[in-house]
Amino acid sequence: MSVEVKIPTVLRKHTDGEASVTASGGTIRELFDDVAGRFPEFREKVMGDDGELHRFINVYANDEDVRYLQGMDTAVADGDVVAILPAVAGG
Amino acid sequence: MRDFTEEQVHRYARHIILPEVGGAGQRKLLDASVLVVGVGGLGSPAALYLAAAGVGTIGLADHDAVDITNLQRQILHTTSDVGRQKAASGAETIEAINPDVNVVVIDERIDASNAFRILDGFDVVVDGSDNFPTRYLLNDACYLLGKPLVSGAIFRFEGQVTVFDPRREDSPCYRCLFRSPPAAGSVPNCEQAGVFGVLAGTIGTIQATEVIKLVCGIGEGLVGALLLYDALETRFTRVRVARDDSCPLCGSSPEITEPIDYQEFCG
Repeated sequence: MSVEVKIPTVLRKHTDGEASVTASGGTIRELFDDVAGRFPEFREKVMGDDGELHRFINVYANDEDVRYLQGMDTAVADGDVVAILPAVAGG
Repeated sequence: MRDFTEEQVHRYARHIILPEVGGAGQRKLLDASVLVVGVGGLGSPAALYLAAAGVGTIGLADHDAVDITNLQRQILHTTSDVGRQKAASGAETIEAINPDVNVVVIDERIDASNAFRILDGFDVVVDGSDNFPTRYLLNDACYLLGKPLVSGAIFRFEGQVTVFDPRREDSPCYRCLFRSPPAAGSVPNCEQAGVFGVLAGTIGTIQATEVIKLVCGIGEGLVGALLLYDALETRFTRVRVARDDSCPLCGSSPEITEPIDYQEFCG
């Protein structure tokens, strides 16, 4: 599976400035493992040691929050778009 | 028209002629009281449009002074305001735009000890703050007091807007969206990372739009939806925000029953 993972600006310094990374995997967890394989800092910025998402990071698979699907085990298919959304506080 | 002075009939003519607003909606705006927390990038455009729209009472809460680096986006303040307190500087601008507005200057930093007192009497709260502790505090206080919160946030070229309305059973709160804040120092702030000045105008103006719609009771709002804006790509995206039954504030077994102070994480 080849899925586009959109990287928010706050995390791009951990993906060599890439705004979007094409990743392989059948679930969100597999996609993120693939991204973290290439960009090691990505993992700790998005997930805790338990392998679950930080509580200030949301992930949307085709605009649906994966916490209300199957979380990190949510299945993805070719052509899906996965977006990462961190809480931001600027005003 | 009854209930309006002749000058008000002219001043608000373009609203009154809109069937969705009309005289009744304009009356609601004149009777409304809106608290703007953070008189900066988001609070400036929000307060300006709320004032122009004739919101009768506008509270401006901020404890900072105007710095020259603010002027790239904080359009309530002018060069000659550098060094003045933001709440007072903003009040002067608003009074010049619309003398109908009663401006309440709140030159205080909101914390758990004063949140209920400061929010008391306001119908709607606009979150234009620049830090996570204030965002969580405002969320908790608004939920506990049953006041709608129009939340906006910006970072570099990206903005987020949504509305939390505890008067509605289906409304999520900020903790349903982001359960807990990032750890201290883990997230860069606008001072370190920069912010595209005009983005504050876009997001703050959307916040004002949602306040005016809430007050008038018109249109589809942003309760249950998070609007994302990428200024660099000129792209708006909407994602659903569901109410979380396990939320520590608004879920079925709440753990948060009074305002809490977080230590400062970032500015």
